[in-house]
Amino acid sequence: MTQAHLGHAHDRAKEPLQTFEFTPGEIDRDDPLHGELMSLNMGPQHPATHGVLRIKVVLDGETMKYVEPVVGYLHRGKEKTCETLGWRKFFVHTDRLDYLQPLMNNCAYAMSLESLGVIQVPERGQQIRVLLMELSRIMAHLIYLGTTAIDLGAITMFFFTFNEREKIYSLLDAYTGHRMNNTYVRIGGVYADLDERVAREARKWCEQFPAKIDEFEKMLTGNRIWYDRNRDIGVLSIAQCKAWSLTGPNLRASGLEWDLRKNQPYSGYENYQFEIPIGAKGDCYDRYAVRIEEMRQSVRICMQVLDALEKTRGGEFIAQDRRYVLPPKDLVHNSMEELIHQFKIVTDMALPKGAAYHAVESSKGELGFYVVSDGTSHPVRCHIRAPGLMNVQAIPVLMDDRLFSDTVSIIGSLDFVMGEVDR
Amino acid sequence: MIAWQDLLVMVLKIALIFGGLINVGALMTLAERKFSAWMQYRIGPNRVGPWGLLQPLADGVKFIFKESLMPDGANKALFRFAPVIAALPAFMTIAVIPFSNDIVIAGKNYGKLAIADLDIGVLFLLAIGGLSVYGVILGGWASNSKFSLMGGLRASAQMISYELTLILTILAVIALSGTLNLAEISDGQATIGTWNIWSQPLGFMLFVIAMFAETNRHPFDFAECEAELVAGFHTEYSAMKFALFFLGEYSAMTVISCLATVLFLGGPSVPFWVDAPWYVGFGAFIAKTSMFLFLFIWVRWTLPRFRFDQLMGLGWKVMLPLALFNLFVTGVFVSLGWNLWAKLGSLI
Repeated sequence: MTQAHLGHAHDRAKEPLQTFEFTPGEIDRDDPLHGELMSLNMGPQHPATHGVLRIKVVLDGETMKYVEPVVGYLHRGKEKTCETLGWRKFFVHTDRLDYLQPLMNNCAYAMSLESLGVIQVPERGQQIRVLLMELSRIMAHLIYLGTTAIDLGAITMFFFTFNEREKIYSLLDAYTGHRMNNTYVRIGGVYADLDERVAREARKWCEQFPAKIDEFEKMLTGNRIWYDRNRDIGVLSIAQCKAWSLTGPNLRASGLEWDLRKNQPYSGYENYQFEIPIGAKGDCYDRYAVRIEEMRQSVRICMQVLDALEKTRGGEFIAQDRRYVLPPKDLVHNSMEELIHQFKIVTDMALPKGAAYHAVESSKGELGFYVVSDGTSHPVRCHIRAPGLMNVQAIPVLMDDRLFSDTVSIIGSLDFVMGEVDR
Repeated sequence: MIAWQDLLVMVLKIALIFGGLINVGALMTLAERKFSAWMQYRIGPNRVGPWGLLQPLADGVKFIFKESLMPDGANKALFRFAPVIAALPAFMTIAVIPFSNDIVIAGKNYGKLAIADLDIGVLFLLAIGGLSVYGVILGGWASNSKFSLMGGLRASAQMISYELTLILTILAVIALSGTLNLAEISDGQATIGTWNIWSQPLGFMLFVIAMFAETNRHPFDFAECEAELVAGFHTEYSAMKFALFFLGEYSAMTVISCLATVLFLGGPSVPFWVDAPWYVGFGAFIAKTSMFLFLFIWVRWTLPRFRFDQLMGLGWKVMLPLALFNLFVTGVFVSLGWNLWAKLGSLI
């Protein structure tokens, strides 16, 4: 078996898992105030559930007595699709997992395949990937901010954040030719080099963005209503996060400094200066504050990457490993060997026998792909460790005995995308 | 016997005020979309008519031709009746608002631009205005939808809570001016120094906050609360019934803005021009009311929404005591005859 990057060992919480039971028999029917409960079905088509999440709620007046999230309405069988399509063709599908950060998913999948095949990504390729991943993180956090704000009634915030996201989309459009679903990462690097013009535009955007974050904060951070709607709502302890496998900003908001970019650096993250923001209480407000700060740190990384890209200009951006990487077209046309390589890769590109898991710190938490190969062109198993699914798990924990209006704060702050949850 | 000229004048006034109210309500929907667009890097409606001015008309035509759906199990009579109750009070209460000083044309006095000059104008306005909560709660209840029911319950609880604050602040104004007649209240504030906003700064603030809650506007729009309750009490409404709720909401906003103008900003009084002609006064009235209406829009597109219990806490624990305190202090001043502000005002 190839010695691959086999994930990390969480020190699992020792506490027993919380269980939630609902027995209507406990209700005192003669009680005039609390004698009757109302069941309510939020979703799967509901404005506040960010996709096709369904939440069964039993309400006692405005208080939620029982909450059960139901997932699976967007299940498209992505893992099975991977087994059917084979290694290369699944890249397109990774875009559709967490569709707010397609390039991050691309990178995560590519890295797990590279672990399996032991492929070295050239320095410039890694730098471009880091840039793409950080831009993806900012994009996803902007969506979080906008949608959470709109759920809590601050509609204008949504447009402010979307305006910024639109600029990143234009950047990606200039680089990859697509706004969404870019599929630009390949095994061994990225599809094409980042040209000067895009780098210049990216730098220009990075320079103006911190001021925009200040603007967002002006709208929300000091706002009394925003504070009241988020402070002490949906409090998660570190132990709970561990018990429910919550990672990413949700875990960091609870106070644990755990970030794969620092703890298990990949793609050369160890070369960049950045800090990991952590929260103190683990409530919705801390999750908001952590994400805001993460955007600042991401811009910081982007600036450093752009500086680093200056130095590696003209370098290799994709590994020259003809087992996995398509040769350039002009060589294919003029060389017999390269034509054979191209044919082999396109028809059946096999990865060595073994299993590999590689996780990246996505905007929602630990995004990992566990791939098992039997040495053929199709995987035996491809499991996607989607952080969104773990985040959904926290819904009953956080909503139990809270007010109905808190659903929107909590759903928004947990930040999941149903494309990734249901996959 | 009523002379036919007087009758004609009356009919003209009624047509002007009711027509104006409906048009302002319609134009407010356009203004809301335009202003929000400017705040959000957008352009807003600009296809129908110049600057999108005919958009409300297009919306109206659309509403009329849409299919009016009624959910199974809805209470048919109340479901139809609720939008009417929601829209009517605003039209009834506009009748007592005095929009201008005495209209003098060619030396002849045609009275104020108001439909009715009631001695209990304020009471009438509050009594009829309070009815609109029935539209909301009946609409929520008759829809046979849980989201609507919750929206309706929230909205009614909120409107009743904030009506107390609203009435207490108005009481302080009444204590100052010594009359329930809106025309006399506005006559008593002829110069800018005598505007009630100077003698009732706290009352004015409370009134403005309560008027947002009273009209179910953001940040107190629990009746709708689109995030968790889909659309609140009018989730199940469509076509013209929905339009009536909409019209009722905007008309209520307009009426309460007019009321704020009369109570606190001197109605048609023009700053530093005491003997301004009636049409200038009318213009001043429109300008002051528009300011309030703009405030409604501005706040809506800026602030997040309260949570229901926070809103009730604010209403009962903060606003109500403050309003009582304001009334008490005003009462002491009035009963002791310390009319400091009137003296100061007469100097300006």
